[in-house]
Amino acid sequence: MLNTILSGDYPRSRILSVLLVAIFICLALGPFLFSGTRAFTTLGMICIFIVVVASYDVMLGYTHIVSFAHTMFFGIGAYAVAMAIGAMGSSFSAIGLGVLAAVLAATALALLLGMLSLRVKAIFFALVTLAVAFAFMSLVNQLYTITGGEDGLRVRVPRELGPAFRLIESDLYGFSITTFLSGLFTQPWNLGEVIRESVYNVRVNGRVVMYYVCFFFSLGMFLLMLRMMNSPFGRVLQAIRENEFRAEALGYRTVYYRTATVVLAAVVTALAGVLFALFNRYVNPENTLDFELMVFILLMCVIGGMGTMYGAVVGATLFLLAENYLQDLLRVIGGLVDGVPLVSGLVGPERWLLWFGVLFVLSVYFFPKGMVGQLRVWADARRRRRETG
Amino acid sequence: MSEPILTLSGVHADIDQYHILHGVDLQVPRGELTVLLGRNGAGKSTTMRTIMGLTRLRRGEVRFNGESIGGLPTPEIARRGIAFVPENMGIFALLSVRENMELAANSGPIDESRLEWIFRLFPPLKRFWNRSAGNLSGGQKQMLAIARAIIEPRELLLVDEPTKGLAPAIISDLVGAFEELKAQQATILLVEQNFNFSRRLGKSVAVMDDGRIVYTGQMADLAEDDDLQKELLGLSLGAHA
Repeated sequence: MLNTILSGDYPRSRILSVLLVAIFICLALGPFLFSGTRAFTTLGMICIFIVVVASYDVMLGYTHIVSFAHTMFFGIGAYAVAMAIGAMGSSFSAIGLGVLAAVLAATALALLLGMLSLRVKAIFFALVTLAVAFAFMSLVNQLYTITGGEDGLRVRVPRELGPAFRLIESDLYGFSITTFLSGLFTQPWNLGEVIRESVYNVRVNGRVVMYYVCFFFSLGMFLLMLRMMNSPFGRVLQAIRENEFRAEALGYRTVYYRTATVVLAAVVTALAGVLFALFNRYVNPENTLDFELMVFILLMCVIGGMGTMYGAVVGATLFLLAENYLQDLLRVIGGLVDGVPLVSGLVGPERWLLWFGVLFVLSVYFFPKGMVGQLRVWADARRRRRETG
Repeated sequence: MSEPILTLSGVHADIDQYHILHGVDLQVPRGELTVLLGRNGAGKSTTMRTIMGLTRLRRGEVRFNGESIGGLPTPEIARRGIAFVPENMGIFALLSVRENMELAANSGPIDESRLEWIFRLFPPLKRFWNRSAGNLSGGQKQMLAIARAIIEPRELLLVDEPTKGLAPAIISDLVGAFEELKAQQATILLVEQNFNFSRRLGKSVAVMDDGRIVYTGQMADLAEDDDLQKELLGLSLGAHA
């Protein structure tokens, strides 16, 4: 059963397995384990970006196609649904039309880019995608009447996906892990009170429904891509990554495979963009098309481990947690070292980007193959040591 | 000589700005093992790559089974039934032995009986079936490269210097494998610098020099003629005995 679900591609490291199970449980029970809007939004973004990063990994990690147009497809999805809702009003048929438009537009543009990869290779292809992505962003900025320009578009979701809708009339109970852990740390002698404080009410409204749409979409897409990467198609992609000429000499028309990869990644990312627009309820060029976002996707892929699929889960989770909670952590540490010259200035919450960079450098230094790749290398080494006695 | 499966007529090819093949004329008879000999830089590997479409044919004609294949894309040439084992083996190091073999069996699932036959030819492949191909020894990688080429019946095998850098014991295993392939009437064009290896296997032989075929004939005749060897190759087979 598990073998079928994971397509025979197991984590192959005990630490990684524990990490993945923990992430899965936190995401599956997210609204019932973490209270507060910020935690809720972060969990939703993790679900969406797992898909975005996994689809980028299909291109970069499995096929060695370096593209900087990934956010363009993300933006196409987000804007398609935002514009459809803007034109038709908030309804599921508008969302359906947005999805259709996103898939068609992403497929057409990806086909063009994919066929371009027949003519130009590696760095030139990357530069072309960068130029196309910038051109698309300028277009979105300039077509103010349709796209809202830099102001962006509000996305009015159907009532069933909004806070006013109640799926279940009575509230359910949640257990806040963060409250419990912080209570355990600050008043361990008062366990009963800590547990009572950790219990909170969860209103199962349209926002929670939307979260679970994102969660199941993310789970489904991830498993689908995992299956594809472990199918004959995925093996050909890996062969192309290692030696394109050799793959051709085996009879594979590599340009078809490269094009199919670009189209697959583009469509999946556009669908993730649709969900982003519906979950975030606001799209603008900065949160969908910006080059900084493209760099973040690349970093998530590299930190997690390229060509592993599971790296997308680990990379997106760690990156988004750091992006959202590093400032809080620095505030706590800053409070502990308050008054210590130089150090207190270095660990202030306003220095979060500096520490973010330091963490990235450290992760690349200690995990040169990414988190997943390196954990597997260590697990393999341990296994070999055990075998040789 | 039986009917040729592959015919090269006046083949010219370049690598970047260098003109490497200067009108190669070669016939590979069906069901035989033909050896292509020559000094380093004579153009043997370029001839193989040109047949496969990996090096662009500038002028001349390459006919396979009577049809022109010069200028066709490499995947199309491969799909017509030509398998190529390149000089650097070209295995996919990050994939397992099994995945390498599955990639080569591109017309469908691997035929179990054929796989058993390959395991008999190259037992280490069975032992390391699920291991990463990059962790195999040089000889095992060569076995994998050849096994990949024969995992499905092909009409012609192009094998470029299979013994390069291998230990004598491994070369002896390869001789056994090629002899079994010969017994099955496989058509093979073998580029080789190891004269003893070539002499034991080859029926017909062609010698290249400076981008042209300068001699074609029977291997037995060349093996017996020391003067001809010196003239064509600069040394005799006896020196390698």
